[in-house]
Amino acid sequence: MSYNGVAKQFLESQGISVGDTIRVTKEEISYEGMLLDRAEDADDKHLVLKLPSGYNVGVGIDGAEVELIQRGEKPKIELPPLEVEPDNKKQDISIISTGGTVASVIDYKTGAVHPAFTADDLLRATPELADHANIRGEAILNILSENMKPDYWIKSARSVADEITGGADGVVIAHGTDTMHYTAAALSFMLDTQVPVVITGAQRSSDRPSSDAFWNLMASVAAAKSDVAEVTVCMHATEDDSYAYLHRGTKVRKMHTSRRDTFRSINTQPIAKIQENRVKIQPNVDYKKRGEGEVELRDELEENVAFIKSYPGISGDIIDYHLDKGYRGIVLEGTGLGHCPDYLIPSVERATDSGVPVVMSSQCLYGRVNMNVYSTGRRLVSAGVISAGDMLPETAYVKLIWALGQTDKLEEVKSIMQTNLRGEMEVLSSRDYFLL
Amino acid sequence: MDYEKLGLKMGLEIHQQLNTSQKLFCPCPCELQDKKPEYKLMRTLRPTQSELGMIDRAAYEESRRKLQFTYEAYKHDTCLVESDEEPPHPLNSEALEIALILSSLLNMAVVDEFHTMRKQVIDGSNTGGFQRTGLVATDGYMDTEYGRVKIENLCLEEDAARRIGQKKGHVVFRLDRLGIPLVEITTDPSMKHPEQVRDVAYQIGQVLRSTKVKRGLGTIRQDLNISISEGARVEIKGVQDLDLMPTMVENEVTRQIKLIEIRDELQRRNAEVMDEIYDVKELFQGTESKIISKALENGSVLAIKFKGFAGLIGVEVQPGRRFGTELAGYAKKMGVSGLFHTDELPAYGITQEEVESVRTFLDLQEEDAFILVADEDEKARNALLEVIRRAKTAIIGVPEETRKARDDANTEYLRPLPTASRMYVETDIPLQIIDRDYLEEIKSNLPELPDDKEARIIKEYSLSQDLAHQLVRRNRADDFEEVMASTDVDSTTVASTFAYTLKELKRDGKDISKLDIGCLKNTFNMVSDGKITKEAVQEVLIGVCDGEPSPEEAAKNLNLVMLSENDVEKIIAQIVSSNAKMVEERGIGAMGPLMGMAMKQLKGKADGKLVNKLLRDKLQS
Repeated sequence: MSYNGVAKQFLESQGISVGDTIRVTKEEISYEGMLLDRAEDADDKHLVLKLPSGYNVGVGIDGAEVELIQRGEKPKIELPPLEVEPDNKKQDISIISTGGTVASVIDYKTGAVHPAFTADDLLRATPELADHANIRGEAILNILSENMKPDYWIKSARSVADEITGGADGVVIAHGTDTMHYTAAALSFMLDTQVPVVITGAQRSSDRPSSDAFWNLMASVAAAKSDVAEVTVCMHATEDDSYAYLHRGTKVRKMHTSRRDTFRSINTQPIAKIQENRVKIQPNVDYKKRGEGEVELRDELEENVAFIKSYPGISGDIIDYHLDKGYRGIVLEGTGLGHCPDYLIPSVERATDSGVPVVMSSQCLYGRVNMNVYSTGRRLVSAGVISAGDMLPETAYVKLIWALGQTDKLEEVKSIMQTNLRGEMEVLSSRDYFLL
Repeated sequence: MDYEKLGLKMGLEIHQQLNTSQKLFCPCPCELQDKKPEYKLMRTLRPTQSELGMIDRAAYEESRRKLQFTYEAYKHDTCLVESDEEPPHPLNSEALEIALILSSLLNMAVVDEFHTMRKQVIDGSNTGGFQRTGLVATDGYMDTEYGRVKIENLCLEEDAARRIGQKKGHVVFRLDRLGIPLVEITTDPSMKHPEQVRDVAYQIGQVLRSTKVKRGLGTIRQDLNISISEGARVEIKGVQDLDLMPTMVENEVTRQIKLIEIRDELQRRNAEVMDEIYDVKELFQGTESKIISKALENGSVLAIKFKGFAGLIGVEVQPGRRFGTELAGYAKKMGVSGLFHTDELPAYGITQEEVESVRTFLDLQEEDAFILVADEDEKARNALLEVIRRAKTAIIGVPEETRKARDDANTEYLRPLPTASRMYVETDIPLQIIDRDYLEEIKSNLPELPDDKEARIIKEYSLSQDLAHQLVRRNRADDFEEVMASTDVDSTTVASTFAYTLKELKRDGKDISKLDIGCLKNTFNMVSDGKITKEAVQEVLIGVCDGEPSPEEAAKNLNLVMLSENDVEKIIAQIVSSNAKMVEERGIGAMGPLMGMAMKQLKGKADGKLVNKLLRDKLQS
């Protein structure tokens, strides 16, 4: 029970617990209903009752008398179990759940939306998935994606590899949207896959009829069955429930706090459009095709990488601090073409001199870094700063974590950072890549 | 009809839009838009479980229809909250205050803590698949001449999107109405006489109109709950005309009585509804029925078998509506245009031979009946599943339903009654404690009810009942009183300006929004200061509507400022001298015609009494 303080004492003294039907009588009114749990962050002066009409109401304890009408069970959300026989004609798709809105329900402890579903629950809630593939579900984490960390990327990458090794024709990962693009980039670098690995999520929780969770999941299963053997993100393409986009995992970013079509391909275009379970590759797009062979896993990471945004007034102390703390790499999110104030250059030099790579990306997000145009840029290059090209800052950060896991040599890190490995760098800047 | 013996019980549910400046959970205007929608959204919905782990049966039925929804939206008059692309903003406190005022006026107990809930509605009328609603107060009452009626609940909720139409499986809604604050007031189901329902509806209307609520068509909606002892609770949605209510009650009671008679007969015959759905396409090759021949091309012709139903499907249950119409109502919900039943066949191009072939195919006895549906296969099957479900209840009794009020005082099937399991908590809105001091402050400043106000201003300002009634009805009584406090113009002139002149100006297309209370005060002050005549008030107001910056400027520019006594005297002297002959012939008898001429010339610029006096003096001298 998440009642606290006075309310908790009050209920305990009356021997009443959540799920019981009670009558609360006050001076001018009495309510009869089922005692519900109360949000942990709410005060300890009210009880929450569900009235027979279905309405919840908060009743102040002050001056209230409580009477037990009937003992009850704490309400539980449970979906009917789903027994589906595997069908040889259908592809085997694994769904790995990490938590997030796509796999969440209301939490009566906090009153907020909370990850609680297992992958199996996800399937029970979306039984029509079974019409399209043999679905295997596995929950490896149950976190909101703001709590994601490189350790969990490793765990996810290993699970994906296990599923593929175990015969999955494609893998779908249910993930929170906040840091989905970081995970997508991480898995892109860590996995060399011959089958599709599709990450999806939801912007509207699955406890509401308008949730995009089921729709995105359906589109993702279609993508996982397709020919696109890359790590991708599959989400609503527009505000309509009409088609989804399949974005390259290294070139995608959450661009809106709440819209369904929050994920956008940046400095490139989506690989495919998915409509009514059909995957349509977009014109002028290269992608890695489904193939034979084992999945390769390179999951060594160096977590001690700092991600620093440049801004007017920034102090060189910030870089010095990270060097003093023993950080092994720094990604700068510079201004414009890839700049930071020139007074930061000594600190940057100190970093590169001590073998700590400094990578320059741009907070403009769109376009590519070019440090040759202005003198500050040229001085940064002389100081040893590595250009991220048209890579997203988040991708550059993830890639540096991965690169430092692969080698200790600054020159090799530099080479990895400047080589296009997973489509994270486009050579050509098309006019069409801006604000898609 | 002996309602008492039948055990008639009725309850009312009234929905009223509030006149707030913003919507309940976002800052958009609470106005319906006439202009073309600026963009559209296409969505689908599916039901979810409530916190008690149950799926609402009304929501479940809607989901079987697999509908797609189109939402018409605007770039600046609607926002991402209505389109379900952004979480709701905090609860509109202006709306909550109105709800608290109404609760107090209805003698209700206000809750300690307001919890916003989601009421699942997946007919598409809410983009989220639920309506946000919360319980504000319970346990009030209202006294009527038929006794006291309990006011059970007052809820504050958001209005649904406006249904625009339907095309090809898409239901089209407009987002302008979605989110306008509404109060929902429900009485207990204890009313026993239709007149009492009408009285309570009237009185609740009075209470509503004493606060900031919207006026006009569609801003108030009334639902009627009705049952008889042997029947079932039925909710009739959208009763517009209170005067139609007694007839509607009579028709619904008749319907329930007839359904009970049908039930008794079905039970006597040991009737049975068979679950199997038969494909009878083959029997209709070369048919003359248009509906069926269309289905032969790209759909199915399906039949079901009812044992012992013959003759009963055609029984009239409401004026002009048969038991078969009830069954068809369920079928139509699944998207088919209707059904055929044995009691009406042969007809609609279906021949006796075809009927016989179906009867033989289904192996029907004389007392048996069949139902035919011809449409796309999935639709037709879903429709027949619904018909089977409805027909099975017919053997048990009257089903609980939500029905829609028709203009002819009949009702038609809308959906099953929603259950409490469609309610779950809205996690995006924090709960709100209702401060007791704030509530006390509201209670000590309650508005006057319209009837009380009317009686008081009649007495206080010696107004006619008609004028007082118009002022109150048009929500102008407060303005009237404010002007009266600052001018000594007679009350009837001021009242009729508010009650009639403004209405006429508006009707003539004038922009009366420019006539604010300050402007009206100034205008009447000019009358009491003798600067303009009462007769000039309307022209001054028109002047302001047409763009004059102030009433003073309007009076000056329109040449309405009163002439001095001297100037009036000169004009009268001129009129008398140019009509010297008439004056000579008739003497004081020329008063009438000359007065007419003078008033024509001096209209609005001189007081009639003064003109009369000066003219009389002149003629007598």
